[in-house]
Amino acid sequence: MSLLEIKGLTRRFGGLIAVNDFNIELGEREMVALIGPNGAGKTTVFNLISGFYQPSEGGITINGRDTKGMRPHQVTSLGVARTFQGIRLWGEMTVLDNIRVSQHYRAGYSLLDCFLRTKKYMGREAEIERVAWELLEAMDLKEYALELPRNLSYGLQRRVEIARAMSLKPSLLLLDEPAAGLNSSDVEGLIKLVRWIHDTFPVTIWMIEHQMKVVMSLCTRIKVVDFGATIADGSPEEIQNNHAVIKAYLGDDTI
Amino acid sequence: MQKHTFTISLFAGIFVLTALAQFGVINQYLQSVIMLMGVNIILSTSLNLVNGYMGEFSCGHGGFMCVGAYVSSVVTVLLFSKNHILGAPLLPPSLALFAFPLALFAGAAVAAVAGLVVAIPSFKTRGDYLAIITLAANYIVISAIDNMEIIGGPRGFMGMNATVHGMEGLLDIPWMLLWVLFGTVFTVWLLRRFVTSTLGKGVPAIAQDEIAAEIMSVDTNRMKLIAFMLSSGLAGLAGGLFAHILGYVNPHSFDIMKSTEVMVMVYLGGMGSLSGATLSAVLFTVLLEVLRPLEIWKWVVIPLLLILLMQFRPEGIMGNKELSDLFPKLKKYYSFK
Repeated sequence: MSLLEIKGLTRRFGGLIAVNDFNIELGEREMVALIGPNGAGKTTVFNLISGFYQPSEGGITINGRDTKGMRPHQVTSLGVARTFQGIRLWGEMTVLDNIRVSQHYRAGYSLLDCFLRTKKYMGREAEIERVAWELLEAMDLKEYALELPRNLSYGLQRRVEIARAMSLKPSLLLLDEPAAGLNSSDVEGLIKLVRWIHDTFPVTIWMIEHQMKVVMSLCTRIKVVDFGATIADGSPEEIQNNHAVIKAYLGDDTI
Repeated sequence: MQKHTFTISLFAGIFVLTALAQFGVINQYLQSVIMLMGVNIILSTSLNLVNGYMGEFSCGHGGFMCVGAYVSSVVTVLLFSKNHILGAPLLPPSLALFAFPLALFAGAAVAAVAGLVVAIPSFKTRGDYLAIITLAANYIVISAIDNMEIIGGPRGFMGMNATVHGMEGLLDIPWMLLWVLFGTVFTVWLLRRFVTSTLGKGVPAIAQDEIAAEIMSVDTNRMKLIAFMLSSGLAGLAGGLFAHILGYVNPHSFDIMKSTEVMVMVYLGGMGSLSGATLSAVLFTVLLEVLRPLEIWKWVVIPLLLILLMQFRPEGIMGNKELSDLFPKLKKYYSFK
């Protein structure tokens, strides 16, 4: 059984077809890229997977569960985590708290447990705190644990956002333009980080990315979309020589 | 031992205050100011959960206070006073002490359910639009009670003193003062436990980025439900206490003016700070009493102070910090879980 299965996914906004008959199947521990020109519908695909939009047609299955009608937090608890194009950390909460709150679904205690500080509450909170510190340690963020994210550099914020997504212990991690706005040394760091995550955790990573350096050095499979439709799907070498892709990015050379 | 300093001094404080009131060292007037302070602390800390922590703009807190006041009053009057609804009291006055907390709880519970009027629309509505809904909720409550002749309508409702006398008949100490102090400590304790838990931190996560919260597995609808119902329930508790302090309630004591007063306390203290909301409730109550000689002019002076505050310290007295963030040494004196 594949981890993620998307069949005939279509989403229309009024007369505009943002995503048209999109299909993909992802297995465990893959590393895949979704590329395409601006406005090609890449982020819409991610928003459909995470439950922000409901598909107009077609369906999404995660770990064998159809996500139809699910709200985003329910999809997340199936093991899907994501980051955003612009960083969306909780700016007024410490880095540590950011990584604690993201484990909300794992809290699992009732309001009464919370008021009475029951054994269950104490156990769950200790577990959440332990996971948070472990992750901060592993991702070299420990020294920033008590800082507010808005006081950190852009590169560090990106790292915190990825750490926050990883605290959900996802089996599928969606990265929406992780290298956007990073300078070249930060990009090197990001490539290393994503590779390390992929080697360390049992997770499939699917990214939207414009920087070819990131895509080519990380992904084993690339899917290209344009105007909502898939135009190519294959290994990095195949994509580099694909005529339709070159046409979509650079235009047609025939007059 | 040092870790318990705060808790011990808190209960010692309650004991001393009650003793001083008992032996007439602090007079009736001062007692009523202290009780009002307690009620205001409950109101401002509970509204802070919605307006401060969750970043919504609820301006109908008075309505929920009204629900709690009327429900608990009706319960105690039916049980312990001669009334025109059931005639003779249902229970002997000696049971008042045990029934009173239950009546308060009933008021708070019904007020929490009334909070649904705001909580359910909040799933889809935010900001200004939700503020209008809270305003509407306030009006609905006041107008509904205005039109209920059986509980006095616009003339108000009374008879709660019998319950207080019932308690005093059992043991002659200033019961209402004690109840208010316990209610205040209970409220702050409850709210503090909530906002420091991972569960409760989902509330500021909604304020700071609702989309990120939902994506990061926070069930935002559930959190809104909890925040609004907890907030309105505690306002109901404040209402119940307030009604039994005065022994008389009138729907118009809980109109938009009351809601505004509570909002002023929240913004004065600082958004998302429990110690700020507590401090500002104390300050505000004192200010109202100090400016009493100005009579109606105090409603010119206080808003003016508010304008100055917004100009020069828009984040309120405490910002969104707690007292222990500003004075870390205080942490030595308590160990809250």
